[in-house]
Amino acid sequence: MAFIEFNNVGITGLSAAVPANVIDNYKYTQYFAEDVVKEIVDKIGIAERRFAPDDICASDLCYAAANKLLTDMAIDRNDIELLIFVSQTPDYRMPATSVLLQHRLGLAKHTMAFDINLGCSGFVYGLSVIYSLMQSSGLKKALLLDGETRSRIYSPKDRKTAFLFGDGGVAALVEADPKFGKSFFSLNSDGSLENLIKVNAGGYRNPSTPQTLQERVVDEFGNIRTDEHGYMDGAEVFNFVLREIPANINALLDKANLTQQEVDYFVLHQANQFMNSYLVKKMKIPAQKVPSVIAKFGNTSSVSIPLTIVSELKNNLSGDKKLLLSGFGVGVSWATAAVNFSNCYISDLVEI
Amino acid sequence: MKEKFLELIKETLEIEGRELAIEDKFKDYEEWDSLGLLSVIAAIDEEYGVVIEGNKFKDIETLDQLLDEINKSK
Repeated sequence: MAFIEFNNVGITGLSAAVPANVIDNYKYTQYFAEDVVKEIVDKIGIAERRFAPDDICASDLCYAAANKLLTDMAIDRNDIELLIFVSQTPDYRMPATSVLLQHRLGLAKHTMAFDINLGCSGFVYGLSVIYSLMQSSGLKKALLLDGETRSRIYSPKDRKTAFLFGDGGVAALVEADPKFGKSFFSLNSDGSLENLIKVNAGGYRNPSTPQTLQERVVDEFGNIRTDEHGYMDGAEVFNFVLREIPANINALLDKANLTQQEVDYFVLHQANQFMNSYLVKKMKIPAQKVPSVIAKFGNTSSVSIPLTIVSELKNNLSGDKKLLLSGFGVGVSWATAAVNFSNCYISDLVEI
Repeated sequence: MKEKFLELIKETLEIEGRELAIEDKFKDYEEWDSLGLLSVIAAIDEEYGVVIEGNKFKDIETLDQLLDEINKSK
């Protein structure tokens, strides 16, 4: 079990950017009848999402969020020594988007920069890598950028995924400081479930061809997509989450010697309202400890945990707080962390 | 057990105006769809503490078989 403990590293500032373009899910009816849409949207509880226009990438959302954060907090950009970009919707196949962001953000050449390719577990994984590097190296300041344009991965003609996903980008400033004390991470993966959520073609295993871009009917319900669209087996994902996540959260609390009562907020990956509320009910966590943005922004993959903090906890993070973060999804991959916040600065949400 | 199970499925799939029988092929219900499947998975987990794997669900046809699977998995 990859269970890791860190000392004296924490998030000191957090910002988020979303596209200004709001999608009203109940009116997202170009391919499905209004009553069909209503039944799905009621169940998944996603009233609105944000879609980035074609010329805005995940990196642009992260750039806007990072710029806002560094300016708000008056951070000297020369002091940033590490930048990690978490995404599965990068600008190019190469070079790594993190390197482009180092230059764009005006960071120094002594910045260590690389990408992490993970989905819904990505923010927690990224955080663990930064905590680890900072603790072992003595680096003082790092930026964790996490952005997704998930709206572009899925077919609008496949009702299993057409109403779920939205776009967003976040920036977290991570600093070494004894005030943070101990943090705890549990990091996991199960590649035997690779087919639960997947984009089959367009990589190097199944390269892009005219055929992989061909739309076709894929099931008895008449859903339509190409091999380069994402697909999801919702029921199997739900099973995976029920089987692994409550147990993982409890195991982490146990290792961290924490009770549910001692945690101020449980910030869970925002998958959909049905899954999230069942999870919270199953774990018997009081609803007021579980902030949610699923209705406003939909499922933004790895972005959803920090976006929830920026959007919902801006006025609740003064003083010392204990947060439990849990991300789970494509891979499948899941990660849970218990981290301390201490007067964390939260920027106003940026819209671009 | 059987009556309680039938009532649970009926409630979960929001079936109104008729009773369910244990030999019903539930996937033929007009109320059955992929969203209904999610609700049934959650309801069975909540009521019986059992998570039915998706590949097992694919082979199950009748409510009787579903109840058997629950009992086997407990």
